[in-house]
Amino acid sequence: MHKLAKTTLALNGVARCLFAERWLTTPKSVCRGFVCAQQNNSDGQDDVYDVIISGGGMVGSAMACSLGMDPNLEDKRILLLEAGHKNVMDSVPDTYSTRVSSISPGSATLLASVGAWEHITNMRCKPYKKMQVWDACSDALIIFDKDNLEDEMAYIVENDVVVAALTKQLDSLSDNVQVKYRSKVVKYTWPMPHQAVESIPWVQVTLASGETLQTKLLIGADGQNSMVRRALGIPTVKWNYDQSAVVAVLRLSEPTENNVAWQRFLPTGPIAMLPLSDSESSLVWSTSHRLAEELLQLDEESFVDAVNSAFWSNENQSDLVETAGSMFRTALSALMPSAGSPRQLPPSVAAIGPKTRVMFPLGMGHASEYIRHRVALIGDAAHRVHPLAGQGVNLGFGDVACLTHILSQAAFNGKDLGAMQHLLEYETERQRHNLPMMAAIDLMKRLYSNDAAPLVLLRTFGLQATNMLPTLKEQIMAFASK
Amino acid sequence: MYSSKLGRLVLGVSCLKPTRVRSGPLRPGLRTGFSWTSVCQQRSLWLRRSVLMDNNQPALPCLTSARSVSHTTVDPNEVRRFQSLASKWWDEQGEFAALHAMNDLRVPFIRDNLLNVHRGRPTAKPLAGLKILDVGCGGGLLTEPLGRLGASVLGIDPVEDSIGTAQLHSSHDPDLCHRVNYRACSLEELTSERPEGAEAEEVVGQFDAVVASEVVEHLADLETFAHCCSLVIKPGGSLFITTLNKTNLSWLLGIVVAENVLRIVPQGTHDWEKFISPEELERLLESNGFSVQSVKGMLYNPVTGDWSWTDSTAINYALHAVKLRDELFLHQAEEDSPHTQDSTTHS
Repeated sequence: MHKLAKTTLALNGVARCLFAERWLTTPKSVCRGFVCAQQNNSDGQDDVYDVIISGGGMVGSAMACSLGMDPNLEDKRILLLEAGHKNVMDSVPDTYSTRVSSISPGSATLLASVGAWEHITNMRCKPYKKMQVWDACSDALIIFDKDNLEDEMAYIVENDVVVAALTKQLDSLSDNVQVKYRSKVVKYTWPMPHQAVESIPWVQVTLASGETLQTKLLIGADGQNSMVRRALGIPTVKWNYDQSAVVAVLRLSEPTENNVAWQRFLPTGPIAMLPLSDSESSLVWSTSHRLAEELLQLDEESFVDAVNSAFWSNENQSDLVETAGSMFRTALSALMPSAGSPRQLPPSVAAIGPKTRVMFPLGMGHASEYIRHRVALIGDAAHRVHPLAGQGVNLGFGDVACLTHILSQAAFNGKDLGAMQHLLEYETERQRHNLPMMAAIDLMKRLYSNDAAPLVLLRTFGLQATNMLPTLKEQIMAFASK
Repeated sequence: MYSSKLGRLVLGVSCLKPTRVRSGPLRPGLRTGFSWTSVCQQRSLWLRRSVLMDNNQPALPCLTSARSVSHTTVDPNEVRRFQSLASKWWDEQGEFAALHAMNDLRVPFIRDNLLNVHRGRPTAKPLAGLKILDVGCGGGLLTEPLGRLGASVLGIDPVEDSIGTAQLHSSHDPDLCHRVNYRACSLEELTSERPEGAEAEEVVGQFDAVVASEVVEHLADLETFAHCCSLVIKPGGSLFITTLNKTNLSWLLGIVVAENVLRIVPQGTHDWEKFISPEELERLLESNGFSVQSVKGMLYNPVTGDWSWTDSTAINYALHAVKLRDELFLHQAEEDSPHTQDSTTHS
């Protein structure tokens, strides 16, 4: 295993996705060699699965559904391993849960193609049509919306609802997709890259119950602390942001149409209010660890005050920035009078929902390799981002769509599903899409974490200019909607 | 792959390193290292032969193709050469990398042409229920994908070690080990298993398709091969052949560049004399009761390691032929060549 510096790793990743993957195949397959190949030839050959997916979260369950629904993979044996309980939701609970995700139109299409979107809309989901993002240190703001305000931009769905919908769909696919709940994996054993006489060529998965399963392809969907990724020794570029996110459910002072998502960049971190219903919204407040802990300690009234003041107060704005900002805006509106939407103020908060507020630390992570012989990583196991752009799970769903397509083609061509050739195609395609997105999110986070005047001026002008350019905004929305 | 290919290119051009592959006792005329002398020798041999070819009529295969075990398709030198490579079949970046990559073309070619003939098949296993014979299967590189697509495949190869490798590789996969079988024998041994006479009918029409990919250029006797193929295929069944054309370009690129310069193929694998042009192959097959449906050129890109279809059949090509039903063949034979009517035997 090689130890590389952070920048070298990042450059490595960039280089890997720019050049044709085939050129790097031999060093890859040599360097991606393994320890502990199983040497004995057991007779339990009937229990070889075609695909085992490790991790039954949103992305892992979506992968299982997607493979199960594909016509070319109809006769393949697919198994989903989940350490937790089965998430059954016969009727939606009255209270909203605190963990929600913004589902982009691209992800909604994927969920519709696996038949889970219908279950989601029957349970609970909130489309929103507009997003307003503005700065606390200046007057700059940007508004994203579709032209006619008729189409939805994206959907806010609780994570539990997504998993329950996918679980329901998996129940109907029980012919070729099996699910094992409460099965924790304790060990992975990797095959030798080439055929050796007395060794088993499949990946072996050992569960806590002592059972050992064999598979031709292992898909690691086990989250940001992926055991699959660690067991393979894949070098990962990662760092912790000095931020934690506080999530809660907010009750608005008065019911409103509530189809706008709000995000304000404070110097300590962005605060976002995402609509859940006419009278409730979800809060995601990324801030420093210390402040996050303080927020959790506050009583309900003080917490509500803190939230309102974070959205409404102007104490962070200096005169210089305000003047400069308004001059720039006047100049721009002289050039493009019709562009730019009017500023709105977010609804005020009256109370918080009964479920307790929670906090979790934030960080960035990217696996430099998404695949190895007979293994592929998807979702947070491969990449982890800051929630400020609402892209985390959407990148994961993008991985699902891409990998399903590639495996479907490979099966139709009679290929061994775990072969490197098509897995390399998956890695290249997804890295080419994910890396720019992750770089942009990281850049945004760093740009807005500072309240030094030159940086504030820079981002103020940049944001105002972008707001005035509809084509640029459309490009950004298109990129984020995939 | 890039670094090894670049390495091979540099090594080949500098021609300092001795060959990696140790073959068995060499036939005179085969080169171990890269030597311009032998290249020129080969070239002058070809020039002499092409002069002869211009003067003579191209030899037509005789229509009196009685089934005969005295003619063998197997060339013992070829067997020896492949014996030494037997363990290397499944290394996807090794000596057979180009053959692994060729699956991207030949599996869809076989699958789609069979689907055209047999319609209404399930998507997950498009070749389910079909029986295919893979002649010269080697380590099973093409046999396994066909098995995964649902066909019952019998792979035969005269090199026992290759069959051993193939059997071992497919034995681990429960999906394959029931559908894919291997036998170490030659094609004529397979067809001559049953005694002649009354039981000969059992041999006829056993397989829906026969695949002979990168095999024809290694055979000693093509006439016997074509005859045996026509015996084992059902009427209306398909024959798929991929091989190299006999042209200047195939000599230059397929042998000189591929074997000596870029070392994509182990040295001495191909003998230009044994290449056959699509026109000649077509003639041979038609005289044995086949009708050629399509011929497509294939091109290998040594930089990316990928194959692609191309219009020109100058180097590699793939051919699909269908065995005519008996009455159609006899009718056609009578139409085409009235002077050989007396020598037309059972098809």
